[in-house]
Amino acid sequence: MSRESALVSADWVEEHKSDANVVLIEVDEDVSAYDAGHIAGAIKLDWRDDLQDQVRRDFVNQQQFQELLSGRGVKNDDTVVLYGGNNNWFAAYAFWYFKLYGHGDVRLLDGGRKRWELDSRELTDEAVKREATEYVAAEPDLTIRAFRDEVGEAIGVKNLVDVRSPDEYAGRLLAPAHLPQEQAQRAGHIPTAASIPWSKAANDDGTFRSDEELKTLYADAGVDFGKDTIAYCRIGERSAHTWFVLHELLGQENVKNYDGSWTEWGSLVGVPVALGDEPGEA
Amino acid sequence: MCGAKKGGLDLKGVDVDKEAVIQGQVLRGDEPVGGAYVRLLDATGEFTAEVPTSATGHFRFFAKPGEWTLRTLAPKAEPVDRQVVAQYGAVAEVAVTV
Repeated sequence: MSRESALVSADWVEEHKSDANVVLIEVDEDVSAYDAGHIAGAIKLDWRDDLQDQVRRDFVNQQQFQELLSGRGVKNDDTVVLYGGNNNWFAAYAFWYFKLYGHGDVRLLDGGRKRWELDSRELTDEAVKREATEYVAAEPDLTIRAFRDEVGEAIGVKNLVDVRSPDEYAGRLLAPAHLPQEQAQRAGHIPTAASIPWSKAANDDGTFRSDEELKTLYADAGVDFGKDTIAYCRIGERSAHTWFVLHELLGQENVKNYDGSWTEWGSLVGVPVALGDEPGEA
Repeated sequence: MCGAKKGGLDLKGVDVDKEAVIQGQVLRGDEPVGGAYVRLLDATGEFTAEVPTSATGHFRFFAKPGEWTLRTLAPKAEPVDRQVVAQYGAVAEVAVTV
């Protein structure tokens, strides 16, 4: 778990994208982006259709993940390189799945699609077909996934990091105004959570800030690196980005992503909620 | 989903009395720039949203009334900042030249 093992540059991708054991995978919020143009050889995962259970609110289970990757032609010993739009939010979310199901070598393309496009690097609409494999997913590693009861017990005890925008944190907004879906019943944040928007961890071009800048960012916002940490946002993808920063880039142990996030917490009956710009009391 | 939609200038279906719309086009000379990235920063400079421009260089945000900064990143260009005021009942149209 370090910048060297978890992150690759665009130059690295240019050099290695045709390697037999390297699989590029694009994961976007805008699922049509891939079809308009993708890095040569990259396959696509649809965060909603491929990565979510289509009945219950949960993401794909071990069996479903195994079948998905087998069908898309990914092998257990492949080096998987994920990238996507929106500053790699959904690519980071998928990265977290790959780690959760025990994939050995998975990396994120620094800057994702945006940096690639801003560099005027090549994209193609050429279809990609990979031969099916027999991928074996491991039991989910729940040391990186938090559920609601644990989040409740973490109030005032562990680091809680709310990575949404300041207005969402304060309860002035339930969601960006043009995206009325996936809202919680109540606005606000989990008491004692620090407000550290995901965007502070990234440069304008979507690349991650330096380790030194990142350590300062979280320490100054009140994260105690001696304690366990749980990150959350609204549906768990922006917090996967922050989970990646803390767990993979900075090598912090005991960092979990609470993918239930605000859409779950803000709809639970009887749980504490804090309003305003301050973390609030336990 | 947490992000924003691709922009465009057609206001069909948009209730401008209830939405503080900021929209516009990114241009290089007279040519529209598709695939640029426009970031919406709040009055404190905090990131709020980001959209890629459409093939015709258009973008749109649904903001709150107030002062905002649009930061545009385009290939082979320096970032460009533009200040804009959003309000209900009026569409803030911004042409960004890179």
